[in-house]
Amino acid sequence: MKDEIAVQLTGITKRFGPVTANSAVTMDVRRGEVLALLGENGSGKTTLMNMLSGIYFPDEGTIEINGTPASIRSPKDAFDLGIGMIHQHFKLVDVFTAAENIILGLPGKSRLNMRAVKEKIRGICEKYGFEVDPDRKVYNMSVSEKQTLEIVKVLYRGADILILDEPTAVLTPQETERLFGVIRNMRADGKSVIIITHKLHEVMEISDRVAILRRGKYITTLETKDADERSLAEAMVGEKLALNIDRSEPKNTTLRLEVKHLSCYNAEGIPTLSGVSFDAYGGEILGIAGISGCGQKELLESIAGLQQTRPGSSVLYYPDGGEAEELIGKSPREIRGLGVALSFVPEDRLGMGLVGSMGMTDNMMLKSYDMGAPVFLHKKDPSALAGAVRDDLGVVTPSLSTPVRRLSGGNVQKVLVGREISEAPTVLLTAYAVRGLDINTSYSIYRLLNEQKEKGVAVIYVGEDIDVLLELCDRILILCGGVVSGIVDAKSTSKEEIGLYMTKVGGPSDTDKSAGDYTDGNEENDGNKGKEDGR
Amino acid sequence: MSPLISWLHSSIIYGTVIMLGALGEILTEKSGHLNLGVPGLMYLGGFAGFASAFVYERSTEDPNVVLLILIPLLASFAAAMLGGLLYSFMTVTLRANQNVTGLALTSLGVGIGTFGSARLLSVTGSTSYSVASATSAVYTANVNASLDLGAFGQIFLSYGFLTYAAILLAILAELFLMRTRRGLNLRAVGEDPAAADAAGINVTLYKYVATAIGGGICGIGGFYYIIEYSNGKWSSQNGLEAIGWLAVALVIFSTWKPKNTPAASYLFALLFWMATNLPTLTGIRIATSVTELLKMTPYVVTILVLIIASTRKKKENQGPASLGKTYFREER
Repeated sequence: MKDEIAVQLTGITKRFGPVTANSAVTMDVRRGEVLALLGENGSGKTTLMNMLSGIYFPDEGTIEINGTPASIRSPKDAFDLGIGMIHQHFKLVDVFTAAENIILGLPGKSRLNMRAVKEKIRGICEKYGFEVDPDRKVYNMSVSEKQTLEIVKVLYRGADILILDEPTAVLTPQETERLFGVIRNMRADGKSVIIITHKLHEVMEISDRVAILRRGKYITTLETKDADERSLAEAMVGEKLALNIDRSEPKNTTLRLEVKHLSCYNAEGIPTLSGVSFDAYGGEILGIAGISGCGQKELLESIAGLQQTRPGSSVLYYPDGGEAEELIGKSPREIRGLGVALSFVPEDRLGMGLVGSMGMTDNMMLKSYDMGAPVFLHKKDPSALAGAVRDDLGVVTPSLSTPVRRLSGGNVQKVLVGREISEAPTVLLTAYAVRGLDINTSYSIYRLLNEQKEKGVAVIYVGEDIDVLLELCDRILILCGGVVSGIVDAKSTSKEEIGLYMTKVGGPSDTDKSAGDYTDGNEENDGNKGKEDGR
Repeated sequence: MSPLISWLHSSIIYGTVIMLGALGEILTEKSGHLNLGVPGLMYLGGFAGFASAFVYERSTEDPNVVLLILIPLLASFAAAMLGGLLYSFMTVTLRANQNVTGLALTSLGVGIGTFGSARLLSVTGSTSYSVASATSAVYTANVNASLDLGAFGQIFLSYGFLTYAAILLAILAELFLMRTRRGLNLRAVGEDPAAADAAGINVTLYKYVATAIGGGICGIGGFYYIIEYSNGKWSSQNGLEAIGWLAVALVIFSTWKPKNTPAASYLFALLFWMATNLPTLTGIRIATSVTELLKMTPYVVTILVLIIASTRKKKENQGPASLGKTYFREER
């Protein structure tokens, strides 16, 4: 029973346009085991599993379920093969009851017999130890209840292979314990459970084997009992790549930003940032690392005045030779006037910062539309600026009035960064500045950031690629679940150390490393204080 | 008929037209698509039904009753259904903007109807309208006309069979949506197409079928207007478009529940005819300007309903959560 192969993936490749999300992944899942699928952001875990659950169809490769080749073209095909996926964003209809959600889309007699359905649901709940009220409406449920409902829904359809996409991301520790109990019951019942995760201690606690993906490629599968957190983190982040980004020593560092006890809640009232404290200095690049959704966006938005912060949060800005200014409570425009520029690259590049259907000149004007004479637009200066940005940064565009959405990603990025830099900011915030860009364009962005640093600008660089963070930044702040997990010196830290900080607040558990190892001087001590506050 | 009975009588007929339009639109909106083409669909259905009846009547000396009923009914349903299919092709398959497509469909339907009516007039030689009298006679045949049952008969039994069929349709639609598996699936598609898709429901198919059948029902509403309300007369200025918009508003008034549509549409129609009937009924003579103000009532009530509906907090009384949103599975 134990060694029977439930799922065999062979040479699975999936591309989205020019981006390869999975490349020739070959792996297997056994019957009656809990397999953890481990990897960084963008390593292709969810995409791979979406191909099992019928959301995507692989470009290349074959899938075998219980030894038979399968073509999974839709979620329905997946159900028919006994595969059920619990997505990170629950696929539940809010105004329906639990029972209605469970039977949704199932074949059967046209007339609904809700009584029989509820009977069956109770049976499943008793068997595995769930608590679900079939008549409860989804919009009245907590996140944990919704997740339970999703699992019951999948089991009701007779799934033998369950895929859970980061199931514990939204759960409290107690709820996680309960979930793990249920997962163990399912394993005992002979079901295969795949858990997508990047939390190492959970991998150690629940899984039988761990499969590791890195940048879309399958790395290895380890028996959990033979692995430890350090070896997993190493396999997850991989060997350090030499990028040879020029990095000058920070000079004339002056305190620019002092962030203290910054906390934010999201719309659901869940903390996205708690007690974040750190300093940023002019003349250095502060990198911000972390698994996506750990508060990076909220952090930058709070500084730029776009985010509602909790009482007690404080962001002090030190202008040249002036009094410290409190940025919390100021409008984005006032903050911009002080010289804080935010260049934010959201997932859809044009979503924030630029208007896709407008040309370069018009996009330059987004920040200067109120200059010049009243009523009529003053186009001369923005046009000159657009020209300068094009020539200085080498933006390839047919004309200054070509809609920016028709430019390639790298060029769009240059337009955005160019505009922000042109304001001669004293603090430059960038998020995912090189997302989706090719190597050469990425390097020109790094060069731009370094130039700004040399000019004495305090650059905050939120990045995904640890290799880049290590070579570009002077210090790296690691966020983990909205908390400052650590602030390290980029020159003396290691990739694996950052990986551990990203997955666990406080980072490496072996505390033989003294703080002095990756700090030099006063400023870093401040940084460590931030870490303490964070916890 | 006494003035009160005549007011009720005309309101029920007028309300039935709105009800049919609203039922069709509820079905469409339950799939998550806001079809603003209802006036156009009613025009299409009305014209196709009338034109087919007109042509059939002229083609034969001795029209068959069954054919007199079936031909226009099927023609109106089919024509409006095609309109609905065009709309779903544009909005589901091509993912065009729903509002723009709906408005364009209204223009198209009204345009086709107006264009066609000119052709019909040239056939009859009349300058104002053409008429399908035999069809109208079949469709307006009622119990009260043969047995005089007094006030009761005049209020409840003086309508053609489609009037009662509309109420039956409302009940059936309610049962379908709330008590059947397909109804549940359709509601899921309108609420959260991603969830429905993940549950293995063919979202595209449901959207197409709901929009097409919904369109067909709107079309029958248009035909009913011509054949029962206008006594089988087709003229190019026939007020159908205004009713189409009322039908869209009535969907909100009935909080997307077919069971509420009969009462809601009759109430609407009563208000609509208030300006004409209230002075006669009460014997109070009012100035023309005030009459014009009274004519405003159903529209003012629509606005009030919209305000109340949008401030109401209960989720079950809101429209489908994904109404008006385009669904694309691979969107990341």
